[in-house]
Amino acid sequence: MAFEYAPAPESRSIVDIKPSYGLFIDGEFVDGHGSAFKSINPATEETLAEIAEADAADVDKAVKAARRAFRTWSRMPGKERSKYLYRIARIIQERSRELAVLESIDNGKPIKESRDVDVPIVAAHFFYYAGWADKLEYAGLGANPQPLGVAGQVIPWNFPLLMLAWKVAPALACGNTVVLKPAETTPLTALLFAEICQQADLPAGVVNIVTGAGDTGQAVVSHPDVDKVAFTGSTGVGKAIARAIAGSDKKATLELGGKAANIVFDDAAIDQAVEGIVGGIFFNQGHVCCAGSRLLVQESVADEVMAKLKRRMGTLRVGDPLDKNTDIGAINSAEQLARIRALAEIGEDEGAERWAPPCELPSAGFWFPPTVFTGVSQAHRIARDEVFGPVLSVLTFRTPSEAIEKANNTPYGLSAGVWTEKGSRILHMANELRAGVVWANTFNKFDPASPFGGYKESGYGREGGRQGLSAYLKAGA
Amino acid sequence: MPPTVSTDQGSSPGLAAYADVTASETSLRRFLHGLPGVDQVGAEARAAQLGTRSIKTTAKAHALDLAITMVDLTTLEGQDTPGKVRALANKALRPDPADPTCPSVAAVCVYGDMVADVKAVVGDNVNVAAVATAFPSGRASMEIKLADTRDAVAAGADEIDMVIDRGAFLAGHYLQVFEEIVAVREACQRADGTHAHLKVIMETGELQTYDNVRRASWLSMLAGGDFIKTSTGKVQPAATLPVTLVMLEAVRDFREATGVQIGVKPAGGIRTSKDAIKYLVMVNEVAGPDWLTPDWFRFGASTLLNELLMQRTKLTTGRYSGPDYFTLD
Repeated sequence: MAFEYAPAPESRSIVDIKPSYGLFIDGEFVDGHGSAFKSINPATEETLAEIAEADAADVDKAVKAARRAFRTWSRMPGKERSKYLYRIARIIQERSRELAVLESIDNGKPIKESRDVDVPIVAAHFFYYAGWADKLEYAGLGANPQPLGVAGQVIPWNFPLLMLAWKVAPALACGNTVVLKPAETTPLTALLFAEICQQADLPAGVVNIVTGAGDTGQAVVSHPDVDKVAFTGSTGVGKAIARAIAGSDKKATLELGGKAANIVFDDAAIDQAVEGIVGGIFFNQGHVCCAGSRLLVQESVADEVMAKLKRRMGTLRVGDPLDKNTDIGAINSAEQLARIRALAEIGEDEGAERWAPPCELPSAGFWFPPTVFTGVSQAHRIARDEVFGPVLSVLTFRTPSEAIEKANNTPYGLSAGVWTEKGSRILHMANELRAGVVWANTFNKFDPASPFGGYKESGYGREGGRQGLSAYLKAGA
Repeated sequence: MPPTVSTDQGSSPGLAAYADVTASETSLRRFLHGLPGVDQVGAEARAAQLGTRSIKTTAKAHALDLAITMVDLTTLEGQDTPGKVRALANKALRPDPADPTCPSVAAVCVYGDMVADVKAVVGDNVNVAAVATAFPSGRASMEIKLADTRDAVAAGADEIDMVIDRGAFLAGHYLQVFEEIVAVREACQRADGTHAHLKVIMETGELQTYDNVRRASWLSMLAGGDFIKTSTGKVQPAATLPVTLVMLEAVRDFREATGVQIGVKPAGGIRTSKDAIKYLVMVNEVAGPDWLTPDWFRFGASTLLNELLMQRTKLTTGRYSGPDYFTLD
């Protein structure tokens, strides 16, 4: 008799979603002057809340509030700033279940990921940078490094709260103030974070959150009084931002797309490599800029790896993001689903072989089954374009040098994975791969102490670790 | 009904393909060292990940009953007496006297000299398993190990739980370990052509590395063991989820390669229902539902049974009962 897992839904009652939300400017929620929009639950398409849109005037107000707050915040002793950051980190831990449930509802990601990955790393990021706030003279940027000023930050929908933490925690630790724009499909946890800032008695104006879509983001990054732009998102928008701020003295860090190679050698621990392949591409529905979306497997073990991979994919559970046993949740938006479908169709049209395990998808909401393409070459678009969905392209190689050539043969360079039991090969590959992160015998591991960022069209600047401080500091006189 | 133990697979054509592998020390060594390695961090992470599955309501009720039917109710103490093992045998037949719907366990596991006492109580309703081959250390001559096995089989044991010579394994004498298992398997043979079901205890706590666990698993399967078992219960750590994961991968891969299905028995240290359910989830998702019967998966345990019974009663009545509502043995 089959062992069917009964539904095990996490309760929604812990989180209180308001019917409408304003902008968070100068420590309080205010009305926006753009046309309000709705945030929906991608798993059910129900409307969750109405969200204010910030127009250029609202953004200007937010930047002015941040500028006023900068005068006191930047002069506050580091150890005082760190107290606020520690307090925020502790509140995030105390309210972790609330944050995780809200993130899963608004984003569509499975609760086991928001609960066990996103929110714990968010708290860890605030703890980590809280520790740096009074030690900035040891950051390697001179004896008296100075904050940049007001940071305009635009973040994506794939890890709404985690990307907020990556942006806000180092900026605040270094004495900057921020105007942050969350993605239009996933603003709710950022707005809950605004409440946490109030709960922590963070001085008004240090964190401002303006909601909206592309126009609002444009207003934030091009505002003349913004000193620093930090963006995570698509390479297309990243290039537009770089053009918009060219010629100004704004500093910028851009964390953009990726098409990571996950390289499996024939001497790898195959079972663990299969887990790493699955985690690399199906974690967070593949909505991961550093996803291992290109599997490069040595031809001599390709059949074995593919057989094991397909069997493992058959055990993935797709469905209700709030069910604790769900492995793959909902695609974040209708727009993203359309893009994934289009690229998958191109893959088929170009002659790659498509496979997905039989799985029942819910009728409402946005869903895409875990999918693998075999018979893919470097010439296929699914091997080149970032799909940003649960779609894996499988290529083979014969020798280590061929693996390196193929892995590097992409305009991107955010991450890569190497699977081998041979230590010396790991070190060699890490030297040769042009990617900001190279994982060895693991994938998609994040730690606040470890810097993250890309080569080539994957962007510039580093976030996380000591290196992440230099994005928010200048050498002092 | 006790699990069936008559699956005779010794003559499977699938195994014959591996005759070359076991022909010499060199070829066996080459084969075992050619198996893909196990990444410790990855294996432990996967086991932990499976441990987060949330098994509730109907799924939990199914899992608890299934776990009860998979228990090898065990006592392996110097102080075991006929009275003690008879009491345990009665418990095996009727784990929860207050509830006739409660299934009986798979087997009672005792030392060889206690087999007849257990058999007198359980008859053919529950299997009797005997530990043999100079359990738990296995440090005795081959004649003694084989005599130990034959005695238990003659006394009516349905199943033999043997230990491998870990010293020989760690010294790299794989063929010696292989041949000992083959010999014990022959000693399990009965006059009527059937054989007592052979479980091979690898004592994974002494093998220590997952690479060793994978090699010992393949070695035991190639030698004709019907089950591979983690531990004697006398060495710490005994059964763990990651060790069982590696063994489940081994039986899965072995069936794929040979067509022969082998059972898995974690033993020692599994005390809570929650833990037992984690193992069942792992069986389900790693080896597959084919292994989710007492024919192919067992728990070597003693205190686990009462825990399962308490949770079962809680599910049906909505109330927790105290330990005095469940029998001691």
